Amino acid sequence: MREYILKRIAALIPVLLIVGLIGFTLLSLIPGDPAAVMLGPEASMEDIIALRSEMGLDLPAPVRLFRWYVRLFQGDLGYSIFLYRPVLQAIIERLEPTMLLTFMALIIAGVLGITMGITAAIKRGTFIDQMVMSLSLLGLSIPSFWLALILIVFFALTLGLFPVAGYSPIEDGWWKTLHHLTLPAFTLGFIQSAFIARMTRSSMLEVLNQDYIRTAKAKGLGFYKVIVVHALRNAFIPIVTVMGLSLGGLMAGAIVVETVFALPGIGQLVLASISRRDYPMVQGILLFIASVYVLVNFLVDVLYVILDPRIKYV
Amino acid sequence: MITNNQIDSGKVVRKRIFSRMLRNRSMTIGFSLVMLMVVIAIIAPIVSPFGPMDIDPNLRLKPPNKTHIFGTDNIGQDVFSRALWGSRISLLTGFLIVLTAGSLGIVLGLIAGYSRSFDAITMRILDGLMAFPTTLLAIALMAVLGARLSNVIIALAIVYTPSVTRVVRSVVLVIKETEYIEAARSIGNSNLRIILKHILPNCMAPIIVQGSFIFAQSILAEAALSFLGVGVPPWIPSWGSIMTGGRLFINVAPWIIFFPGLFVLVTVLGLNLFGDGLRDVLDPRLRGL
Repeated sequence: MREYILKRIAALIPVLLIVGLIGFTLLSLIPGDPAAVMLGPEASMEDIIALRSEMGLDLPAPVRLFRWYVRLFQGDLGYSIFLYRPVLQAIIERLEPTMLLTFMALIIAGVLGITMGITAAIKRGTFIDQMVMSLSLLGLSIPSFWLALILIVFFALTLGLFPVAGYSPIEDGWWKTLHHLTLPAFTLGFIQSAFIARMTRSSMLEVLNQDYIRTAKAKGLGFYKVIVVHALRNAFIPIVTVMGLSLGGLMAGAIVVETVFALPGIGQLVLASISRRDYPMVQGILLFIASVYVLVNFLVDVLYVILDPRIKYV
Repeated sequence: MITNNQIDSGKVVRKRIFSRMLRNRSMTIGFSLVMLMVVIAIIAPIVSPFGPMDIDPNLRLKPPNKTHIFGTDNIGQDVFSRALWGSRISLLTGFLIVLTAGSLGIVLGLIAGYSRSFDAITMRILDGLMAFPTTLLAIALMAVLGARLSNVIIALAIVYTPSVTRVVRSVVLVIKETEYIEAARSIGNSNLRIILKHILPNCMAPIIVQGSFIFAQSILAEAALSFLGVGVPPWIPSWGSIMTGGRLFINVAPWIIFFPGLFVLVTVLGLNLFGDGLRDVLDPRLRGL
C-alpha cells in the first residue's frame, strides 16, 4: 500500500512540472511585451522597464523558467500587479464561495447522478430509462449560464424563493450562505450529474449481468442488498473516477456560474483580473486550479485501492 | 487480386451500416436538428427581417411582438435577426475548431502511436494540458491572446487537441500490432503508406464520433466565453455574444437570453444525439459509455 502511494506520488511530479511549464508559457503568448501590455498604452518607458525587471522579463528564458520552478516549489504563485499582494493570498481570500459552491454542486451531482444512473440501469429499456437518459442528455447540452439565468428568472424573480444574486459569508450564518448558494449549486450540479448518471448506468449494467448478482438474487437476498451491497459496490470504481474528473469541470463551471450569480469567488477574480490585465493573477489561478485537480485525481487513484482490493499495488 | 465477391461484400457492409444509421433514432433526430440549424445559418441573410447590426434606439428592450418576434435588446437590435446571423458565426466557429483540433490531433496521434520517443514527450505535454479544466484553460488563453474571433478558434483548438490525439493514438497502438499491418509491412510497404492506407481509415470511426462531441463542446464553450466577455466581441453576433448584453437586463428583458440560448441548446443537443447514435452504429462495443 505504502509503496503504491509512493509510486503514485512519483508519477505526480512530471505532470506537475508540465503543468508549471504550461503556466509559464502562458505569459509568453501575450502578443508584444507583457510589461507594456499590462501597464496599458499610457505607461511611461521607465515604468515598463521597472516592471520588466521586477517580473524578471529581462532575463533569458531558461533562467526565468528555473526561477519560476524554484518559486513554485516554495509555494509562491507570483505577485498581483493590481491588488498589490501575493497571488496565493488573493486566491485564498476568494476561496470560500468557490469551494462551497463546488462542494455543494458535487454533492448534488453525485446524489442526482448516481440515483438517476441506478434507476435507469434497473429499469433498462423502459420509459423511465428513456426519461433519465433524455434528462442527462439535456444536462450535457445546456449552456450553464443559460440554465442559471432561466433558474433566476423562474425561482428568484418570479417566485421570489431565492436571492437573485450575491453571496453571504459563512460568518453571517450558515443558513443564509446555503440559501444564496442553492441556485448556483443546483445549476452546476444538474449539469455535472449528466456525466455521472451515464457512467453509473453503464457500469451498473455491466455489473448486473455478472454471475455473482444472479447468485445473490438466487440465494434470496432482498432487492436492496443485491443492488446496493453487491452491485453498486462493484460498479463504484468508474463512478468514483467520474466524480474525481467532475471536480475539474465543476471548478471551471463555477467560474461561469459565479459570474451570473455575482458570487465573489475565484471565477470573478479571474475575469476581473483579465480586464485589469493582471496576468500574474490569471496565471496563478490557472496553476492553482490545475494543481488542485491533479491532486484530487491522485487521491481518487488511492481511493481505488481502498474500494477495490482486487487492484494490486502495481 | 480483387474478386467480384469482395467488392459485393464491401457494398453490403456499407449498405448495412447505412440502414443501421437510418434505423438509429437518436442519430436521425440529431442529424435533423443539426441540419435544421445549418439551413437556418445558410438562409439567414434572406429570411432575417433586419440586419444583424441594425440599431433602433427608439425600440429598446421591447418584448416579442409581430415585427420583432424575439423582441429587441438593450440597444434596440432585433434579437431574431441577430440569432439567425449568430448561427453562421457560431456554427462556423465550432466547425473550424473541430477541423483544427481534429487535424492536429490526427497528425500528433498518428506520430505518437508510431514513434516511441515522440510519444513520450508529446503525451506528457498533452497530459499536462489535460490537467487543466477545459473552460478555465480556454479563458486563460483568451486572456493572453485577446478577445477576437480568430483567437476563440485558436484557444479552443488547443484545448480540444489532446483528446483527439489520445483517441487516435490508442487506436493506432492497437492496430499497429495486428496481423494485416505485419503483412503490409512484410510485403514492403513504407511506413507512410501503412499509416495512410491502413491505419488512418481504421481510426476514422472513433475520430468522427469524437469530432461530433467536440463540435458540441466547442459551441457550448464559445457561447460561454463570449457570454463572459472573453470570446467573440459583442459587435459580432454569435449566440454567446448576443446573450452577453442580456445578463444585466434579465429582470426586464429575459427574451434577449432566452431565444439565442435555445438555439445553442438545440444545436448541441442535435450534435450529442448524432454522436451517440453514430457511436452505436459504428462501434456497438462502446454502447452505453
